[in-house]
Amino acid sequence: MELLGLFNYWVFAVLLMTGLYALIAKRNLVKKILGLAIFQSAVFLFFITMSKIDGGTAPIIQAGISDQVFSNPLPQVLILTAIVVGISTTALGLAIVVRLYEEYGSIEDDEILAMDRNT
Amino acid sequence: MTTLLIGVFLLSLLVITAVAIVRASDLFSAVMLSGIFSLLMALNFFLLDAADVALTEAAVGAGVATVLLLAALRLTPANEASARGASILAVTVVVVTALLMIYASFGQPSLGDPLAPAQQHVAPWYIEKTPELIDIPNIVTAVLASYRGFDTLGEVFVVLTAGVGVMFLLGGGRGKPFSHLDSDGEQGLSEHLIPKVVARILVPFILLFALFIQFHGEYSPGGGFQAGALFVAGMILFALVRGERLALAVIPPQVLLWMSAGGALLYGAVGLAGIVMGGSSWIIPCSPAIPLRGSTWVSS
Repeated sequence: MELLGLFNYWVFAVLLMTGLYALIAKRNLVKKILGLAIFQSAVFLFFITMSKIDGGTAPIIQAGISDQVFSNPLPQVLILTAIVVGISTTALGLAIVVRLYEEYGSIEDDEILAMDRNT
Repeated sequence: MTTLLIGVFLLSLLVITAVAIVRASDLFSAVMLSGIFSLLMALNFFLLDAADVALTEAAVGAGVATVLLLAALRLTPANEASARGASILAVTVVVVTALLMIYASFGQPSLGDPLAPAQQHVAPWYIEKTPELIDIPNIVTAVLASYRGFDTLGEVFVVLTAGVGVMFLLGGGRGKPFSHLDSDGEQGLSEHLIPKVVARILVPFILLFALFIQFHGEYSPGGGFQAGALFVAGMILFALVRGERLALAVIPPQVLLWMSAGGALLYGAVGLAGIVMGGSSWIIPCSPAIPLRGSTWVSS
């Protein structure tokens, strides 16, 4: 049971590295962006895992109920901001991919690099 | 206990989905899988008491990101070139790093430990003081919009910058934000019957739910941002399914341009108005009188 409490961190490590693998090993640019999104999500999971308190509830104060245990709101706020920044990165990355496809007719980074070398 | 097991189940599904995303050679399925990935992630956040984050992940990750990726796939090839063999060097680096991180996790406090260093420092101060200083029930919203108001302003400008960047990259000249819009009428998902019918039923409900989130934000999970994300997801879905011509008839490109710039302006103006009127809507001096004790915590 002690070990199950660390399961979230293991999943974080595996997801982070799955995303990193897609980033470094995949040639397709859309795949790379998807890998970046997985990488980001793994970090989100890590932060939210740290905010959880046993027997806690979402940090919204309800009138008339005292002695509530709230999970830590601060990592949650940080991740809210991070999700928004993440989607901005994704949007900009996709725009660059679309532009590259218009220019080179390919979204594979090795083909694009080869075309660059030949000219 | 049950929650923990549900969490383990969802997290295992998450890992399987992530691996499937990386392995899929058809980009359309990869995008659909990434939508599923975001929904699973949102469920996990909900289990971990982060209701606001769960809602945002569902709206932004599963909603906006998926429709953005679908829109990008319309303009680019939908298949990975050729399945190359896994690079041995990359696999080794990734596996070794993952094992190192798993080894390091044994020094982490267990999930939900109330004595973990993250729960000891300033968090109790915010939970205790928010009702009297800010007076709205949702602490996450209070921290986001008041204590960290400047930060959120910066976030709004990040979104604006990304929007400007996308317009520069795909722009079609003066007065036309996007060259690809209104050039190719019926395309994309519109020839598939099931997405068309489902989206036609869903879009009004998505917009209605967005309004609910907008007006109920400070009392329940969510708020203006999530409502906006839901609206946008609904509109892009509509554009993908019914064609951009119809969507642009609802919101003309000019209005779209003004809205994207006006959002950041409005947010800044509201904060400035607060300062001018003598309030301290952004700047709340917060220096919790709790000394930093993180260094005294020893892994057990």
